[in-house]
Amino acid sequence: MANNQKNYDFHKESHTEPLEINMGPSHPATHGTVKFYLTLDGETIKDIDVEIGYLHRAFEKECELQHWSGIFPYTDRLDYTAGVLNNVGYALAVEKLIGIETPERCKYIRVIASEMGRLSGHYTNLAACAMELGALTAFLYFVEAREYLWDLIESFCGARLTHNYIRIGGLTSDLPDEFPESTEVVFKKNEKLYDDFAKLLLKNRIFLDRMRDTGGISAELAKEWGFSGPCLRACGVPFDVRKSEPYLVYDKLDFEIPIGSTGDNFDRFLVRMDEIKQSIRIIRQCLKQIPDGPINVDDPMWRQPSKDDINSDMESMIFHFKNVIEGQKVPEGEVYHAIEACNGELGFYLVSNGSGSPVKCRVRPPSFPMTSALPIMVKGSLLADLIPTFDMINLIGGECDR
Amino acid sequence: MIGVVDLIEVLVKIGFIVVLLVGVFAPVLTWVERKQSAVMQDRIGANRADVFGFRIIGLLHAAADAIKLIFKEDFIPRGADRTLHTLAPIMALIPAILAFSVIPFGGTYTFGDREVNLVIANLDVGVLFVFAITSLATYGVFIAGWSSNNNWALLGGLRASAQMFSYEVTMGLTIIGLVMFYQSLSMVEIVAKQDIFWHWGIIWHWPAFILFLACAVAENKRIPFDAPEAESELVAGYFTEYSGLKFVMFWTAEFIEIVTISALCVVLFFGGHHIPFIADAKLIDCFSSLGANIANLVAMVIGVTVFVSKLAIIIFLQMTIRWTMPRFRYDQIMKLGWKMILPLSLIWIFVVGLGMLTNLIPRI
Amino acid sequence: MEKQTIGKSLDSAAGMNNQKNIENNKNNSSVVINRVTDKFSDSKLIIYAHSLLGDDTIVVQPAEIINVMQFLRYDKLLTFDMMIDLTVVDYLGNQQIHPYLSDLRARFEVVYHLYSIDKNHRLRVKAPLMEENAFINSITGIWGGANWFEREAWDLYGIVFQGHPNLRRILLYEEFEGHPLRKEYSKTKRQPLIGPRN
Repeated sequence: MANNQKNYDFHKESHTEPLEINMGPSHPATHGTVKFYLTLDGETIKDIDVEIGYLHRAFEKECELQHWSGIFPYTDRLDYTAGVLNNVGYALAVEKLIGIETPERCKYIRVIASEMGRLSGHYTNLAACAMELGALTAFLYFVEAREYLWDLIESFCGARLTHNYIRIGGLTSDLPDEFPESTEVVFKKNEKLYDDFAKLLLKNRIFLDRMRDTGGISAELAKEWGFSGPCLRACGVPFDVRKSEPYLVYDKLDFEIPIGSTGDNFDRFLVRMDEIKQSIRIIRQCLKQIPDGPINVDDPMWRQPSKDDINSDMESMIFHFKNVIEGQKVPEGEVYHAIEACNGELGFYLVSNGSGSPVKCRVRPPSFPMTSALPIMVKGSLLADLIPTFDMINLIGGECDR
Repeated sequence: MIGVVDLIEVLVKIGFIVVLLVGVFAPVLTWVERKQSAVMQDRIGANRADVFGFRIIGLLHAAADAIKLIFKEDFIPRGADRTLHTLAPIMALIPAILAFSVIPFGGTYTFGDREVNLVIANLDVGVLFVFAITSLATYGVFIAGWSSNNNWALLGGLRASAQMFSYEVTMGLTIIGLVMFYQSLSMVEIVAKQDIFWHWGIIWHWPAFILFLACAVAENKRIPFDAPEAESELVAGYFTEYSGLKFVMFWTAEFIEIVTISALCVVLFFGGHHIPFIADAKLIDCFSSLGANIANLVAMVIGVTVFVSKLAIIIFLQMTIRWTMPRFRYDQIMKLGWKMILPLSLIWIFVVGLGMLTNLIPRI
Repeated sequence: MEKQTIGKSLDSAAGMNNQKNIENNKNNSSVVINRVTDKFSDSKLIIYAHSLLGDDTIVVQPAEIINVMQFLRYDKLLTFDMMIDLTVVDYLGNQQIHPYLSDLRARFEVVYHLYSIDKNHRLRVKAPLMEENAFINSITGIWGGANWFEREAWDLYGIVFQGHPNLRRILLYEEFEGHPLRKEYSKTKRQPLIGPRN
């Protein structure tokens, strides 16, 4: 009888109802930073509501209470898998507002540091994706590669995770003497680990089945929802801030922007895999091209002078005193500067009223709009598909929730 | 009539199996799993537990785990069915041990006028018995998932029951060809017929072995088939709400199932306790200078050792698979079971039948 | 040095009326600004336009935000297909930064950053809002991605986006009182659910 009716509702007739379930915030896949409120029909996701904010630390409010140079440690905690990239982004935005240019050597070192940040971010992301699909061995291979990389980062900035390396108008320290050689040693090891990782996963039928045709999105929708970085490039849109609006010395370097075609999880994975290769290529070029010279702006007003200068030079002493007590007086105005972080466009929008602290320090987090598009990507697919999709979006709690 | 000696013999065999499984394999396997994965993953592995400064390459961790889990709070969530929640781990553990009762772990040896057969119960339908008993484990898993009053556990239980039911059917079909080949359902007879190396199951039935191993891993719910307990999806699946001793029981059941499945592989495909090219009689002959009884005893010890070594190799293979593969999606598991392995095993039955009809495959 | 001249041009622009303003800036501004100001030259829609520090900026009447955004997105020459960022700035006590703010008695400014992938150009669109009518039309119909950004702006600044499908708090919890990024929200303020400090 009921079958003949036009508006036959299976759920009503069979007296079943969808299963409503909270996935997170304390769930192995959500890393404690996000909650999915799922409505499941069997294993199929009928509806999903994403709740973020579990890692909200009032970043913008804190910045308004800090001096311009005191914000660097906060930026480290944005995308904590690639802290130095956030440092670079913020420093470039402030320098754009001030109108100063850093020396050539500083630019090269910043590129090296940001590419290492990108490597570290991609290693973490790809490894975590492998782990959440059950391939723990592959996970540990890339964690090992990341360890070697962090040793390298430690050698020039002294910290492994929260680098706090970049300063307005310069850097905290120069590269160590043996840096090119030790980098080459690390890259040799990492390339071997990369090959192992690729062999374990990229030709593995199970992995392909899990990643292919899951979590896909069209290029049009991706643009509309504010995608950037590897997830947008996986849709075949060759948008990379390093190419479209080159900052630092990216216009002098030879590298390619890998793009995908279908926009599914596997393409995102491959784009990130290729970007690891490109980043290594960029760092190698930088180490060849890097000129000698100062690493800081020769202007005590913006860049903290050295201890010797403070003791001997009157002007340096004055600015040292004033900058520590009042903060650098960044001129009045507003500025937006974007860099390419590992997840996409990381923008800083700063408003200054000419005092030592910003009126507004806004971060444009790349994973925030992508997370908002998660329902589009997973609705109607299986519960298990949520895992790789969520991994490939690479929601970093520190960056998304700020 | 069962005499006192028979009873003692059976009790000794049962004791041996239980000690081997619960006392040796379950704890040692946790250690092997940790250390093997550590070697594969370029790390050291667990080595911190020590007693008076002795660490014994991390072996003490098994003891530490046991002590920790025994003294943990036995937690039953609110709204759970207390009886079923307690019963479920028992229902999962008992079939796992019980299945071992028909698996011959050695040959037949004569001591004086007494024949000792190294199997607890020499059933004529041993193969069927194993499948019947292992399928009971499904109930334990499903009841655990349902009685926990937890949505993740329920989803895990659903996945587990669907997966285990499907793969039982398929696993049974994969070895039909083998049963036709040996013309027996008795484990002891199958092992006896593998006395000659060229009659080993793996030589004639290697496609069936691959299918069987896939089904066996799926039946054990281990990676790549661990969708019912996929930690990144379902937290811990059907045993999300279990702690303490009950958790240990699930855990032990899982490890014992690995051993059972591996033992089945050894018995059906790798000649049981036989050493390649050396028949049992020949082995006893080698030691005949020591006297008939001692020769038999030595042969028995060698046989059991060989059996356990083969077992270890198959277990090692399963662990390697576990640390190499990512996890299937739930629907892909079902597709693989019903659309790939089932038709392939049917084809294999047909091929074996055809081979035997045309005498291309010998009758033994 | 360069910065100071920029500051001056800002000051001088403050006193002029809208029309003159736009004319002034036309000479030394970019393709995007020219295109937008040409389109809306006859209306009072655009309050101010400049391209300081290389960032093209237009300040528009908040009531007309949908019209402007629709034009920006679908115009053949502009094709701003991505809404990069949406945020709010609270200018309480800092109105001197942008002179037009005091003219309009505006306190907040909703700031949109747009980007066109095909044309590779950016535009900042700003809509000043008064404290007492802190509401603006939602642009979720034009860029779906604006959804969460608008929720965040509501959450942290209390700007109401009319027509938003689901205007809830996003980073904070429902029981949170007040909007923390407003300048008057004290950094030492305690929330009722958390309670006083000992």
